[in-house]
Amino acid sequence: MSKMHVKLTVNGREVEGLAEPRTLLIHFLREDLKITGPHIGCETSHCGACTVDIDGKSVKSCTAFVAQVNGADITTVEGLTNDDGSLGVLQEMFREHHGLQCGFCTPGMITRAHRLLQENPNPTEEDIRFGMAGNLCRCTGYQNIVKAIAASADMLNAQKEAAE
Amino acid sequence: MNDQTLTAEERAANLKGMGCARKRVEDVRFTQGKGNYVDDIKMDGMLFGDFVRSPYAHARVKSVNKEAALALPGVIAVLTAEDLAPLGLHWMPTLAGDKQMVLADGKVLFQGQEVAFVVAEDRYIAADAAELVDVDYEELPVITDPFESLKSDVVLREDLEGQTEGAHGPRKHHNHIFTWEQGDKDATEAVLAEADVVAEEMVYYHRTHPCPLETCGSVASMDKVTGKLTLYGTFQAPHAIRTVVSLISGIAEHNIRVISPDIGGGFGNKVGAYAGYVCSVVASIVTGKPVKWVEDRMENLMSTAFARDYWMQGKIAATKEGKITGLWCHTTADHGGFDACADPTKFPAGFMNICTGSYDIPMAYLAVDGVYTNKAPGGVAYRCSFRVTEAAYFIERMIEVLAIKLNMDAAELRRINFIKADQFPYQSALGWEYDSGDYHTAWEKALKAVDYDSLRAEQAQRVEDFKAGKTRKVLGIGLTHFTEIVGAGPVKNCDILGLGMFDSCEIRIHPTGSAIARLGTISQGQGHATTFAQIIASEIGLPADDITLEEGDTDTAPYGLGTYGSRSTPVAGAATAMAARKIRAKAQMIAAYLLEVHDNDVEWDVDRFAVKGAPERFKTMKEIAFAAYNQAIPGLEPGLEAVSYYDPPNMTYPFGAYICVMEIDVDTGEWEVRQFYALDDCGTRINPMIIEGQVHGGVTEALAIAMGQEIAYDEMGNIKTGTLMDFFIPTAWETPNYTTDHTVTPSPHHPIGAKGVGESPNVGGVPAFSNAVHDAFRPFGLVQSHMPHDHWRIWKIANNLGMHG
Amino acid sequence: MIPAGFEYHRPGDIASAIGILQEHGDEARVIAGGHSLIPMMKLRMAEMGHLVDLQGIDELKGIDIGAETITLGAMVTQHEMITHDGLAVAVPLIREAALQIADPQVRYVGTIGGNVANGDPGNDMPGLMQCLNASFELSGPDGIRSVAARDFYEAAYFTAREDEEILTRISIPKPGAGVGQAYEKQKRKIGDYATAAAAVMIGNGQASVAMTNLADTPIWSEEAGAWLAGGNIEGCVAAMLDAIDPVEDNRGPVEFKKHVAAVMLRRAIDRASSRAG
Repeated sequence: MSKMHVKLTVNGREVEGLAEPRTLLIHFLREDLKITGPHIGCETSHCGACTVDIDGKSVKSCTAFVAQVNGADITTVEGLTNDDGSLGVLQEMFREHHGLQCGFCTPGMITRAHRLLQENPNPTEEDIRFGMAGNLCRCTGYQNIVKAIAASADMLNAQKEAAE
Repeated sequence: MNDQTLTAEERAANLKGMGCARKRVEDVRFTQGKGNYVDDIKMDGMLFGDFVRSPYAHARVKSVNKEAALALPGVIAVLTAEDLAPLGLHWMPTLAGDKQMVLADGKVLFQGQEVAFVVAEDRYIAADAAELVDVDYEELPVITDPFESLKSDVVLREDLEGQTEGAHGPRKHHNHIFTWEQGDKDATEAVLAEADVVAEEMVYYHRTHPCPLETCGSVASMDKVTGKLTLYGTFQAPHAIRTVVSLISGIAEHNIRVISPDIGGGFGNKVGAYAGYVCSVVASIVTGKPVKWVEDRMENLMSTAFARDYWMQGKIAATKEGKITGLWCHTTADHGGFDACADPTKFPAGFMNICTGSYDIPMAYLAVDGVYTNKAPGGVAYRCSFRVTEAAYFIERMIEVLAIKLNMDAAELRRINFIKADQFPYQSALGWEYDSGDYHTAWEKALKAVDYDSLRAEQAQRVEDFKAGKTRKVLGIGLTHFTEIVGAGPVKNCDILGLGMFDSCEIRIHPTGSAIARLGTISQGQGHATTFAQIIASEIGLPADDITLEEGDTDTAPYGLGTYGSRSTPVAGAATAMAARKIRAKAQMIAAYLLEVHDNDVEWDVDRFAVKGAPERFKTMKEIAFAAYNQAIPGLEPGLEAVSYYDPPNMTYPFGAYICVMEIDVDTGEWEVRQFYALDDCGTRINPMIIEGQVHGGVTEALAIAMGQEIAYDEMGNIKTGTLMDFFIPTAWETPNYTTDHTVTPSPHHPIGAKGVGESPNVGGVPAFSNAVHDAFRPFGLVQSHMPHDHWRIWKIANNLGMHG
Repeated sequence: MIPAGFEYHRPGDIASAIGILQEHGDEARVIAGGHSLIPMMKLRMAEMGHLVDLQGIDELKGIDIGAETITLGAMVTQHEMITHDGLAVAVPLIREAALQIADPQVRYVGTIGGNVANGDPGNDMPGLMQCLNASFELSGPDGIRSVAARDFYEAAYFTAREDEEILTRISIPKPGAGVGQAYEKQKRKIGDYATAAAAVMIGNGQASVAMTNLADTPIWSEEAGAWLAGGNIEGCVAAMLDAIDPVEDNRGPVEFKKHVAAVMLRRAIDRASSRAG
């Protein structure tokens, strides 16, 4: 199959490459761009380990062809670290509240939670559990993930207030 | 100087040692997507391998035509059993004394069995080529039922035909693997014959799968110049894998370096040795290039490491007052096409003989028959020590069944049969010595915490309301008191392929008072880098934050048997403490020399040795570390390091009391966990935050198993639950919040008294959920049903009880 | 799980898309959100030489709330339907049902057009559209035609759409004031396809009832609707149970599915009735 020219913005950086149209976005990110934060868990769009943010939407990158997202603006968990290299709020709160164990689901979890909080800065526990239903974790039982996201919401709101 | 002004408590707190809810050091990497899992590994010129798998559960492989695949640009090789046979690698030994085909040698025995291994420039080409390999199969009769298998004329394992002796004694039938017996059969049957009351039931623990979020994989790189093989992989036991690879490949063990990188969850799935590992190694040897193999989720569920599939026929005898007098169990164990159990014991049914549970049962008998069927091989301990969760489920169901027979409250029945605190160490009828426990205290604490009597009153009212037509929901109170046996284990009864189940730790103190420790275990999310540093911090008085921990590289770490069966803390944790104590012993001599007193005139004080009676005269561990490297001390070698290999004197016996309150809609079978209380006693607690996290996760896996998760086959041997659409893993939405609690009964034989906790919540959780379902229907006449309790099976219970009018 | 290769097309208008379909016949397939198609391709249960991505066609986008009719472009996502307040007021049933489809990630991408067009009996929107008496606009080489949702489904994955046609728009008659609606769905876990689901609309002396994943197509029963409009719930349930034809699968045996079908239907009727008037 002939390859196509792919151009994306990933974590604020413009990147280009050649890929077969059938190349799944997750493979393009991981193999071509060496962005290995997003993981492959189920391959049938059930686990969410491959979640990335595409043009302001949480998307499972195992179920998107790179051809479909050509030109898109993509954020992965690597892009949620602060500019100075310190942990972003969600990353810090996942650590603080023990919201991860093996770490395999974590990039997808954090990336999805990022979008959730953008859309709903004051989620209830039920909102969080419903909004995270596309991400599976085998280690934590979710309780501390929910806590971490709620704590992130509080911290982000406090930061916003302080800035205003 | 701070050291002068801080109290001992403050100095201890600064160490972040045992008992501290220390934040995990691993998380800085993981939260940024900077973990390094096997599929993240890239090497120059790396090729990718993919399997051609059998669509049939039982078939003869008449021919494999590779031509079209080999003609595809980018395809480097297609390996079949014929190619592996000259190397003697078309079969491999299993961890259970059997052997298993690496690639189909004339026939296939389960759907998804590996038939050919395609090696190509990337995974896309490999997948295309796998489609082009043309395999000619002749279908054979399929057996998916172990009872039928033992009656069938169909010979599944033709390679074993005529062999009446297996790895574990006589074989009774051509599809039979072993019989394993424990306890006194005649005496137990005599007790049953004379008992006031005998309850009898079949308890089935269905086939399921650990399904870590990361599947299995490996990257093999054979350097033809140095003759060194480097093998990265999802190995819960990297050192054992190195030995196995050496034994089967003939490559000298010093020329093999096995590395377990970060592992995305194991839960037992990654203990075994799989065809993919072997094929990646062979392919690298053949091609001279690094070869990666990573299975996809369907391959994971259909071929690597199922768990359970135990049919446990039970009889339990008691006096009419409820004192248990005997327990009898016969298990029919479905092992699939090969006996590839990842069993770290010398016994083919592992620790199944812990099935007397938390109870003082004077007489017991257990027999297990292993059977071949046309299902995937494996048989791993999915978040438990081998066969412990089956045992715990069995006894906790039998207790409930007996309570029904006696018309007695199940909490009370447990109470009058618990082993009493003053009976420890306790010799069980099936041969174990329980190290310590205080079951009554835990039980009363648990019942009080949930206000058990009120729950029973509410349930009684609910039954009335249901009968009066006021509600369609019933209420279940699921009780469990489990006793685990973990920490495999004493070399006298635990080994893998003859390797004793000790573990190890090596600690080096650097001149400036920081340290590195290496262990024979490997974390898969348990947070070893955090907790083992805490043990060392408490033992030698250096801050945990100054201690690096490494695992998983066989070239650098001391030999150990890996992480599963909740053995890291009981075994490697003990080795860590013992190594640290060796360092402290040497440090004592250095301190005494520096303080110009006799060795026995100094005493340990949190992070220093001080002169007895003169606490203002001391040397901190940091000072001692430096002295170890810059002073010539008479009679002492320079440096400060130690290694310990620890062969535990006994297993450890964590226990706990779990209570689940569940609402069930009888019309739809839908359920909701209203409350879940988990009390764990894992002895000394190293990091309460991590313990709590382990309990949350383990109970959630138990929820999945009890309420829907299964590996199911149709009568043709086709797997029905091969993707995460059908293989049940609860999301945040189905998962409740848990209340955790604890008591502390240290292990008397463990250096720090710790028992291990990772698997308790799965072992205790499954019966708690299942008992809740059963308990909800007990007032309507239910005695026993089988897991998983998914909607339709719950509905079926209600339907059979006439609850749908 | 790696899909087979294909040529990728991203046409900018409907006519071009149809042209590509005409040119390649069986070899071409359209893709919207792709969350049904891509997994099938990864399992190699669907292979095609040409994939026609509809995302570049603006004519397929947008939600229009008219006085009599609501029009949804085929490429409107579940997420857009959920977050569209005007739609939630006009047909609350759609948000209620869309929130029960898959998970947030999938709803951002999954489209109404894809959901109704591919003929998967597990999809929620087809039954819903039958309940609402929607019609589907199909554009093909011979022009545009409209097919009622109630006539669209022939068998699993077989619909009235011809290979060279594209489902472009969905028109839903605006339910009158006083009409109550409800969608009840039993599922094994959040995001799953229905074990059984019922869409009910009732009010102003009329009623409409459809069910999902209980046959190889969605089931709308005129008879069941008539019984319900006449206030006879038992008649409605009996008629619907007669119309469905579930098969045994991992969600359970037939007798169970029939039982929960009735339970879902009664619950939907209760809730829709409570919202009517």
